[in-house]
Amino acid sequence: MKNEFQVIADLIEKDKKVLDVGCADGTLMKFLKDNKNINIRGLEISKEKVQECIAKGLTVIEGNAEKDLKQFPDKSFDYVVLSQTLQAFLNPELVLDELLRVGKKAIVTIPNFGYWKVRFHLLFKGTMPITKTLPDEWYNTPNLHMCTIKDFFHFVKSKDIKIFKSLALNNLNTSIINESNLGVKNLFADLGIFLIEK
Amino acid sequence: MNTENNIKTLIVKKPLKLDCGKTIKDFPIAYETYGSLNSKKDNAILVFHALTGDQFVTGTNPVTNKEGWWSYAVGPDKAINTNKYFVICSNVIGGCMGSYGPSHKDTDQNIFGTNFPVITINDMVNAQYNLLDHFGIDKLFSIAGGSMGGMQVLQFISNFPDKSKTVIPIATTSSHSAQNIAFNELGRQAITADSNWKDGNYTSNDTNPGKGLAVARMAAHITYLSKKGLQEKFGRKLQEREDLKFGFDADFQIESYLRYQGSVFVDRFDANSYLYITRAMDYFDLAKQFNGNLSEAFINTKAKFFIISFTSDWLYPTQENKDIVIALNSIGADVGFVEIESDKGHDSFLLDVPDFLNALKNFLDKSYEEN
Repeated sequence: MKNEFQVIADLIEKDKKVLDVGCADGTLMKFLKDNKNINIRGLEISKEKVQECIAKGLTVIEGNAEKDLKQFPDKSFDYVVLSQTLQAFLNPELVLDELLRVGKKAIVTIPNFGYWKVRFHLLFKGTMPITKTLPDEWYNTPNLHMCTIKDFFHFVKSKDIKIFKSLALNNLNTSIINESNLGVKNLFADLGIFLIEK
Repeated sequence: MNTENNIKTLIVKKPLKLDCGKTIKDFPIAYETYGSLNSKKDNAILVFHALTGDQFVTGTNPVTNKEGWWSYAVGPDKAINTNKYFVICSNVIGGCMGSYGPSHKDTDQNIFGTNFPVITINDMVNAQYNLLDHFGIDKLFSIAGGSMGGMQVLQFISNFPDKSKTVIPIATTSSHSAQNIAFNELGRQAITADSNWKDGNYTSNDTNPGKGLAVARMAAHITYLSKKGLQEKFGRKLQEREDLKFGFDADFQIESYLRYQGSVFVDRFDANSYLYITRAMDYFDLAKQFNGNLSEAFINTKAKFFIISFTSDWLYPTQENKDIVIALNSIGADVGFVEIESDKGHDSFLLDVPDFLNALKNFLDKSYEEN
């Protein structure tokens, strides 16, 4: 399991009720279910991935986060997880609002467009950046609204969303992001993980 | 137990009050089982059949000598694995494969015909509930069914919320739509317009309203297929002829196919049963039973739901299945949902659709492991 999922799993206490939005093949769900006794549900848009979740014995709903989150009641999950998908929505702000409505807390991870490799790629190669967390070409990327750790940090602050924990990931290294080191983390982390609440 | 004509029958002694107000008792429920009930009695699956189905789910139907209606899904090592699970299916009341229905005789030895009470999906499942007592099963492992079978699944878990661990409604709805009712009415009108129908008082096979019933079946059959599926299978292909004949014989293969479907149906199905069962479907509106709030129907169950729809099913489209998912999610129920890609229309659940069969198998086997 990738380090990102391990960090997310560490943020969630045992026996909680969790919704994994865009749960893909259910790797994180299965880990949470087996290791932390989590009552876990998934929402996934891809039919193939839904089948993979079913084959793992996971409860998954085929659906689109932009339309289908509204069926869940307010604060019906302890945590709602959204891993590296926020930037792929037509309206990320709406999805973020929905995550925070449905979940008591939300864990959102974003691929950091401020990562130095991304900046160098654009600066020196002059083409759209391709990195481990941004593997697609400009013409086939699902990402519509790329942002940096700094962008997201400012965005949630402006929406009066409370940040419980913000973590910077660079390969296997995890470190805490705060106001004073934001510029540095925004340069050296390829992924940001935010535990938030509204 | 009565095994006349290979039909196993349970006589229900207990009176059953029907939604129409009448009470029936000492009535037969015809059923069939596959696989064996284990000693813990925790491996039973109650399967509910659709409009024209019966208790003979798989293998050879001993009455018609045709394959059982869900042979693709049910059997040894299949999605509903009869090496592992004990499958029970019964003919619905109102039906014509041995369960209490309009072709039965009343206490004066007259055939009921349209004097048979109008029954509902609720009545059907209340009657079938007696099978649990018969087999000494306290809790089923699963209940499953497509189309009208799915309606029975929903009604069953609503009526008996702690009687099944898992719940699988397939290609179904919680409320019959105007379009659904319209197609059923078309079928009923075809039957009652046949002069042999005689207000339901036909008696022998020679004088039954076969033409009307065949037309009803033909019309319904179209609704079970998709436009794309029909086009790919038949297109404008001609039936055993080089060119159009400029007449009203079956020039096109699709015509010939529908006529054949109509004619074989008449041999195995009773016209009055068709009226009764389509009526039961039309009356089905689970939300209405709970003052318009579908979620209330499931508020008392802890069962795990798995809802399946098909992309090309326009009779019970994905959205109607999703409405059930939404009602369940709004009360925090354990519900999974998948829409299967298929060109085979509403009939997809009866056919060899691997994605569907795999999902069904995986859901059941993984849920059983967690038992």
